[in-house]
Amino acid sequence: MKIGTPLEVEAGENRVAMTPDSARQLQKLGYDCVIEAGAGAKAGFSDADYTAAGVEVVTGADALWSASDIIAKVRIPQEAELGRLTADKTLITFFNPGGNEAGLEQAKATGGSVIAMEMVPRISRAQKMDALSSMANIAGYRAVIEAGNNFGRFFTGQITAAGKVPPAKVLVVGAGVAGLAAIGTSTSLGAITYAFDVRPEVAEQVESMGAEFVYLDFEEEQQDGAATGGYAAVSSPEFREAQLAKFRELAPEVDIVITTALIPNRPAPKLWTADMIAAMKPGSVIVDLAAEKGGNAEGTVMDEKVVTENGVTIIGYTDFPSRMAAQASTLYSTNIRHMMTDLTPEKDGQINHNMEDDVIRGATVAHAGAITFPPPPPKVAAIAAKPKEVVPELTPEEKRAAETAAFKAQTKNQVTLLAVGGALLLAVGLVAPASFMQHFIVFVLSVFIGFQVIWGVAHSLHTPLMAVTNAISSIIILGALMQIGSGSWLVIILASLSIFMAGINIFGGFLVTRRMLAMFQKS
Amino acid sequence: MDFGFTIAAYVVAAVLFILSLGGLSGQESAKRAVWYGIAGMGLAVAATLVGPGSGFWLLSLILIAAGGVIGYIVATRVQMTEMPQLVAAMHSLVGLAAVFVGLNAHIELGRVLAMDDTARHALEGFAGLLAHKSPVEINILRVEVFLGIFIGAVTFTGSVVAYGKLAGKLTSSAQKLPGGHMLNAAAAALSVLCLVWYFNTGGFFPLFLMTLAALFIGYHLIMGIGGADMPVVVSMLNSYSGWAAAAIGFSLGNDLLIVVGALVGSSGAILSYIMCKAMNRSFVSVILGGFGGSTGPAMEVEGEQIAIDADGVAQALEEADSVVIIPGYGMAVAQAQQNVAELTRRLRAAGKEVRFAIHPVAGRLPGHMNVLLAEAKVPYDIVLEMDEINDDFPSTDVAIVIGSNDIVNPAAQEDPNSPIAGMPVLECWKAKQVFVSKRGQGTGYSGIENPLFYKENTRMYYGDAKASLDELLKRID
Repeated sequence: MKIGTPLEVEAGENRVAMTPDSARQLQKLGYDCVIEAGAGAKAGFSDADYTAAGVEVVTGADALWSASDIIAKVRIPQEAELGRLTADKTLITFFNPGGNEAGLEQAKATGGSVIAMEMVPRISRAQKMDALSSMANIAGYRAVIEAGNNFGRFFTGQITAAGKVPPAKVLVVGAGVAGLAAIGTSTSLGAITYAFDVRPEVAEQVESMGAEFVYLDFEEEQQDGAATGGYAAVSSPEFREAQLAKFRELAPEVDIVITTALIPNRPAPKLWTADMIAAMKPGSVIVDLAAEKGGNAEGTVMDEKVVTENGVTIIGYTDFPSRMAAQASTLYSTNIRHMMTDLTPEKDGQINHNMEDDVIRGATVAHAGAITFPPPPPKVAAIAAKPKEVVPELTPEEKRAAETAAFKAQTKNQVTLLAVGGALLLAVGLVAPASFMQHFIVFVLSVFIGFQVIWGVAHSLHTPLMAVTNAISSIIILGALMQIGSGSWLVIILASLSIFMAGINIFGGFLVTRRMLAMFQKS
Repeated sequence: MDFGFTIAAYVVAAVLFILSLGGLSGQESAKRAVWYGIAGMGLAVAATLVGPGSGFWLLSLILIAAGGVIGYIVATRVQMTEMPQLVAAMHSLVGLAAVFVGLNAHIELGRVLAMDDTARHALEGFAGLLAHKSPVEINILRVEVFLGIFIGAVTFTGSVVAYGKLAGKLTSSAQKLPGGHMLNAAAAALSVLCLVWYFNTGGFFPLFLMTLAALFIGYHLIMGIGGADMPVVVSMLNSYSGWAAAAIGFSLGNDLLIVVGALVGSSGAILSYIMCKAMNRSFVSVILGGFGGSTGPAMEVEGEQIAIDADGVAQALEEADSVVIIPGYGMAVAQAQQNVAELTRRLRAAGKEVRFAIHPVAGRLPGHMNVLLAEAKVPYDIVLEMDEINDDFPSTDVAIVIGSNDIVNPAAQEDPNSPIAGMPVLECWKAKQVFVSKRGQGTGYSGIENPLFYKENTRMYYGDAKASLDELLKRID
């Protein structure tokens, strides 16, 4: 089968859905590749490059569409383009199925299949085809660069011979892929970066990128991000108020604001209101990555750069990925290539549209004369890890109760032991003579001390402990020493032997212990 | 005057011994603690030599010196891997000495009792002490002597057998004479009979008979315990040697002997308890030998053992950030600790996190692995206990199992019918990848099948641990 990529018809679109590199990979899957003449020019790929990669170059959209079985493109297809779709063709593209009723109907009428790249489920297996993330990554990076371009100062703080330059303060609202990319870029340029997100669980990611997470002083059960496929959900009015109050507090301080807050299938929430913009210093810059959905900032104009009365620049471009067409095309074409890999399990150049597969099913919005949007929830649960099982915090009373109970049990144990031990001692004392009892008490106390002391010995020192107790147990030599003065020759011989053996033990035991202990060292 | 000085010296010595044991709570304080022990021992011997009752002290000094020379030679020559044998051998010496001293006490007692009153008053020292005893005290003395000899004899043969097993001179598997525990029980019953007999007559023959019975018990008891339980056995014998000393202390009326014997005895008992707990076994079942009977067939192990070569291991180590090494007896046998240490140094130099996970019963002696790693100059702060590291395995890239088996056996958790069910184990299979360095496909010391070797993320790196690590080191720099 043939995969073709047309020239993007949307004005200002520089990206292309196939690069010479991705074409080589697609050919390994058994496909032939076709491209419309000039399609890659704006992204820096000449027709000659494609020819060199074994791609057939055809002139005109009509020729391309009729030559290809699979069409991969970037932008949402226009009516004329969808008109070229037929029942035996598959179209892979961004489609915006949530806001493109007419397009869906038109696709359904043709009977062809449409795979919408933004509908790839957010599960681990599908990350390699997650074009939204690829594009968001670029947008986040470019947003910072664009902001820097319009910002009259350094990002990083410097102390120079010509005076001190304070570092720029950047606030990133929304720590999704774009937000995190923006944070990374901004911190690596040296700015002091703050970040906010309604999902508190991303605080860790934010901090790992080197930014400071802005916490709200607000108590509310937040919805688990995993339940919404890793995207933010609509927040309560109270939460919104707390959020806006925090932003108002930050507005006079920050130099650059990058807003990336989007809620799937809804207009972008207004987070940066007119009074915040008014409170900002002249020369500050706002980059509104949500401009396409109406913008997070008040006064954002889509695809335009506006300057407010107090000298704040608001950038509402929506074509950041297109502004970095070479990079964006490379990533996007790789996503497409991975999608094709999943669609071609046999690597035989034949598409196998498996509607049982979570990823393929999720991304397909029209197939075999039916609209297959919205997809059923994927069988594999979402990306975000389950939050840790929270051990219910014990109230102070419960804690105290538990402590008292443990203490009581311990006391009871000890008292019982003491009572039994005492009774035993008493029983022995009743029958045994006083001289025995003296020694017996010494014995009991020593056992007690032994128990108290030995529990404290470190695990790693158990071998030295055995060696040293072994050496010490040759204290039996005392007995032999006391007996050797006896008049009986047998006693003398046995005592001598004992002394000799104990002597071996004393020296051997202690020396070995010292040898072992000398080896233990700290790094 | 002399007597007062001796008692004072004993008190100081006892305190020094307690400090010596207590000092082992940390690596640094332990180095000081040994000196306390040495000082205590020196003081005790010196005080006894100048104290009442001792004679021939030149002979005594010569004997101590001669013993000391042998002890010195042995201690400086012994390999760290041979430490278990050495400790067992030394226990046997204490046991035998206790038997001799006990016999002496019996002989002296007989001699003193045969004297008339005037002669008794002329006696000094130990004999003098005996001479002043009342009949009740003499009876108690007999029991004490009896116990001292009994425990000493059990310790002696038990330690000799343990030494033989640890040194590989005897087969390490559990061996029992026909009759099994009945023989032990019979010997114990005989000993009790002898006690009654001896108590009433004070004759030498029952004592002798009991000694033989005790020697047999020590031999047969330890022969019946399998090699995997050796850590418990060694610490148990350690405990016995202490109790023997304490019993002798009673019979000689020497408080220092009692104190030290009790200290050593309780220390060994606690160690045995810790070891048993680490294996989830009751002390009694270890002593009675062998594993307790399982209640059903062991779980079938599915899959196959997949081998890997040095290149594969080296590559995985290259890519890993965190590595946990789990050494076992196999490392000790192959003398591979230096290679392990070298590997650790190289990996650490490459910026990887390398740690050691030590199971409480790894090796044949409590703390065996720590000593070997310390010998190879592995810093002790990266050597962790089971509880400290078990939670970290899921975030570990590579776990390397070197010559250990039961302590990493998942069957302990997964298979209720396994002989080691419920034993706490190192959960190394939760690491992303596990390499097992092992001689061959056998089941190892305890003969229990290990499902770890069949897990998907496990690769078997066959060969002698030392040779395998040599190969590995050539590929890592």
